[in-house]
Order: sequence, then structure tokens, then C-alpha cells
Amino acid sequence: MLLEVKNLKTEFFTDNGVITAVNDIDFSIEKGQTICIVGESGSGKSMTSLSIMGLIEEPGRVTQGEILFEGTDLLKYSQNQMRNIRGKDIAMIFQEPMSSLNPSYTVGYQIDEVLKLHQKELNKEQRRKRVVELFDEVGIPFPEDKYNEYPFKLSGGQRQRVMIAMAMACQPKLLIADEPTTALDVTIQAQVLDLMNDLKKKNGTSILFITHDLGVVAQMADIVVVMYKGCVVESASAKELFDDPRHPYTKALLNSIPVPGKVKRKSRLQTVDENVNYHDFPKEIR
Amino acid sequence: MKEENKILEFYKQFKKNKSALIGLYIVIVLIICALFAPFLAPADPLIQDLEQRLIPPMWAEGGSFAHILGTDDFGRDMLSRIIYGARISLMIGVISVSISLIIGTIMGASAGYYGGKVDLIVMRVVDIMLSIPAILLAIVIVSILGPDLFNAMIAIGIVGIPTFARIVRGSVLAEKEKEYVIASRVNGSSNFRLINKVILPNCATPIIVQATMGFASAVLEAAGLSFLGLGAQPPTPEWGAMLADSLQFITTASWMIVFPGIAIFLTVMGFNLVGDGLMDVLDPKMKDR
Repeated sequence: MLLEVKNLKTEFFTDNGVITAVNDIDFSIEKGQTICIVGESGSGKSMTSLSIMGLIEEPGRVTQGEILFEGTDLLKYSQNQMRNIRGKDIAMIFQEPMSSLNPSYTVGYQIDEVLKLHQKELNKEQRRKRVVELFDEVGIPFPEDKYNEYPFKLSGGQRQRVMIAMAMACQPKLLIADEPTTALDVTIQAQVLDLMNDLKKKNGTSILFITHDLGVVAQMADIVVVMYKGCVVESASAKELFDDPRHPYTKALLNSIPVPGKVKRKSRLQTVDENVNYHDFPKEIR
Repeated sequence: MKEENKILEFYKQFKKNKSALIGLYIVIVLIICALFAPFLAPADPLIQDLEQRLIPPMWAEGGSFAHILGTDDFGRDMLSRIIYGARISLMIGVISVSISLIIGTIMGASAGYYGGKVDLIVMRVVDIMLSIPAILLAIVIVSILGPDLFNAMIAIGIVGIPTFARIVRGSVLAEKEKEYVIASRVNGSSNFRLINKVILPNCATPIIVQATMGFASAVLEAAGLSFLGLGAQPPTPEWGAMLADSLQFITTASWMIVFPGIAIFLTVMGFNLVGDGLMDVLDPKMKDR
């Protein structure tokens, strides 16, 4: 087991009271597995990933639970110890490739920085070679020339590839992808997803994939975790979940996907009924 | 890309803005004057020659080619004094802007990055400093330290701190929420590294522009302090001090007051124009246009 999240609870202590962003969730990831966390906006998907990275900022705090990474609890680590884990063992990709690269530096330099932090044994030339290798691996054309390009000169898809290259720079054991394809158009999205699957097979990296796009889930996931208002309402293998959803919220979510050809003209699209209290159902159906 | 290419490219961008280019030329002339003053100046700026006192500029009646801009009440060559004055003015600019830049950036960056109590304390100090008129604050500081050119530079440096602190804090606040900062943290960067290598380079544009503009106001404030007798002491050829000396001759020898005045005016205008031009050029997104 690579990562085990047990009874994790993240709360925000605001002036207007305590807000529970992540409420007592459990899930685990095995080596080489892809887990997708799905849920609507505000369901606590991103907060879960930030909790794992130890990046919850004031006034938020992880108040309960364990995050076992290869058997050791990340929550007990100091900031310094966490810094050594971040980028090296656990890497992360973000939603907005436009803003997640530093506009002041060339893309090559930015990946070089990550290598400098975590792979101190490499010298300057070896690092440069490695960066070009990485660019090539993630399918950036003319990797040698792209080394000296500033982020604003690259397209959205290429930037996301750079982000993936940066995340894979130290061959992390776990890659957290927080809606990495939401900002990309559909063809680029498919290419990026393929790329992530390839890299996963090649390096044996586990992926924690956060998305609200069930189409992406179908393409990526081994296991799907459905979150609703901070809780895990259902977790199952992707096949099971799509064929036989157990929890009413999951059913509602799946029903809300419009199927081309089946939606009648002028009829209303299916929505998730907010009047049902989904928490009343037995917690977690597996 | 080679360094030379960068400078060439920079100049190409700069050329598009005519007023900025004029400013740049003024600044370059000033720097040349400052660096090569001993070679450019026709005479020693400190040597007095009472027989040659109050000679008008060469184009006026009674002027001679020996003293192009005339002489002052001690018979010192005005042109030489103004050329040497460039040296002092630039030194004032560099030293006092460095003081305000370094301290202001540290204060502003920590206030913006850490927020909370640090922000509260730093910004209140800044507010207090801003509530006192700049020249008054400078006068107070100089009178505590004692009237002297170097103390005037320190005073002007301190007076400039709050502007830098505010600008840096503002841009750090805007930058630190951007995803690339989180991305860099996710890659294992420490706080120090995040501030210095990730956030600050992206705040460089307003800082550089403010430094250029601050240079102009530093020169102006130094001239003001010297005029009041709190900065450069005679016989130092400082423009503000020269103005002060010439007051009593304002009706009889107007050149004594006009030329140092023009020198101050051109310097301040030059740096302000360059500052304006830099603002346009330094935006990394403009590089390819």
C-alpha cells in the first residue's frame, strides 16, 4: 500500500464558525494504481489533496486522522521533512497550466530548479540533459529549443506537458493531479490523459486524479471515490461504479450526464436533486 | 540568449518610445559627466580666482570662452562645478535609492508574504512614516545625524522606504496567490526561496520603475536639503548648494541660479522619463512585439 488515508478530517476555523471541508474520509492507493476522486465543486476534492501535501493554510487545519505514506504518517512530519517529500516522492499538477508556471523564468530553468532541490548528485550538464529528456518524454516537440522558452510562448497543452515533466522530474511515487485537463480543450485533454497513462505504466507511479468529469474518470480510473460535501459517499472499482452505482448520489451524478441522441429536444436535463439529504444514507457503500 | 543580445533587444524596445529615449540620453550624458568629470571639466571646481569672479556666460556681454557658463562669486568655473555636481547627484541617487530599495523590499516582502501580525506591524510603521511630509522627515533625520552630505543620503534613503515597502507588499500580495507559487511549494521550496527566487522576480517591474523614479526624487530632495544648508557643505559643488549660494546674486548674476537649476530639472526629468519607458518595456509579455 503506497498511501492510506484514514479518518481524515480538515476543518477551517473562520470567524463565522467551523467549516468542515473534509469530513472523516478513508481511501487508499496501491502502487501503480490510479484513483479518481470525483464530486461537485466544493465537495472537498482539492482540500483532500492539499491535506495530503500538508499545504492547508490558516485558518484551516487537519484535525483528525492519519495519512500513511509507505507506512509513515505524513501529518507527524515537520515542515522541513515535508519539503523533502514534496516534489520528490509526491508531486502535483494543477488545473491552470497558464498560471502554474513562473512567468519570469524559462521552462527549462524551472524544471532544473526542481532537480537542483532534490537530486543534488547531478551536475549542471547532467541536469540539462535530464530536462531535455523529460521534455522529449512528455512529447514536447524540439525539446532542445524549448528549454529556453518562457511559459507565455507555449500553448496551454504544451504548458501542461511542461507541468507534467516537472512533476515527473524526480520520478515521484505518487502524482496528485488536481483537475489537470479542465482548462484544456478535448483533443488536448485526450493527449494529456494518454501521456499520464503512459508515464504511469513506464515509471510505476500511482496517480491520485481529481476531477468532476466522469468521462475522464472512465478513461483513467482503477478505483473511483465519490465525494459529496466533504464525505466519501461511495468508493468502488471504475467498472462497478459505472455499471452498478449503489449510492443514490452516485446514481444522480451518473444520470446527470447528458447522452447525445437520448436527450429529447426542449426537455430538461437531469440534475442532481439537492433536496435529498444524501448523508442520511448509510455512510460509504462499498 | 547572449547578454549582449538582451541589451540590444532592450534598446530596440526602448527606441519606440521617443520621450523615454530622450530621458535615456539625458541619463547617459549624466553618467558620462559623472564618470569622466576630471577629463570633461575645463577647470578645477574648487579653485577660487577672485579676479575672475561673476563673469557672465560666454554668449553674454563680458563673457569669455575660458568660462563657458561664467563663474560664481568666488571666481569658480560654473561649467566645471555643474559637471562635478553630476557626480555628487548620481552618488546621492545610488546610495539613497539602495538604502530605501533594500530595506523597503525586505519590509514589504515580509509583510506581504507572511501577512497577519508581521503585516500589521510593518504597515503601521510605514503609515506613520508616510504621514510625515518627506522633506520634513528628511530634515528631522539630518538634524539628528548632523548636517553632512552622507547623512543627507541616509535621510533621503529612509524617507524613500515606505514607498518601496508599499509597492513591494502590493505586488507580493498579488503574486503569492498565483498557482505557480503553490506549484513551487509543492516541489519543495522553502519560504525564503519562495520569496526570493519565485515571487520577487515577478515583482521586479514595479520595483525597478520605482527605483528609477525614486532616483529622481532623491536628487531633488538632496538638492532641497543642500539648499537649506543641511546637505552638501561648501565648497562641495552640489547643485542645491550652488542654488543656495547664488540667492543673493539673483538679480545681478542670474546665470549662477539658472544653470544649476537646469541641471536639477534635466536630471529629474530624465530619470522620470526613463522610469516611464521602463514600465512599458519590462513587461515580459511585451518582449515579442
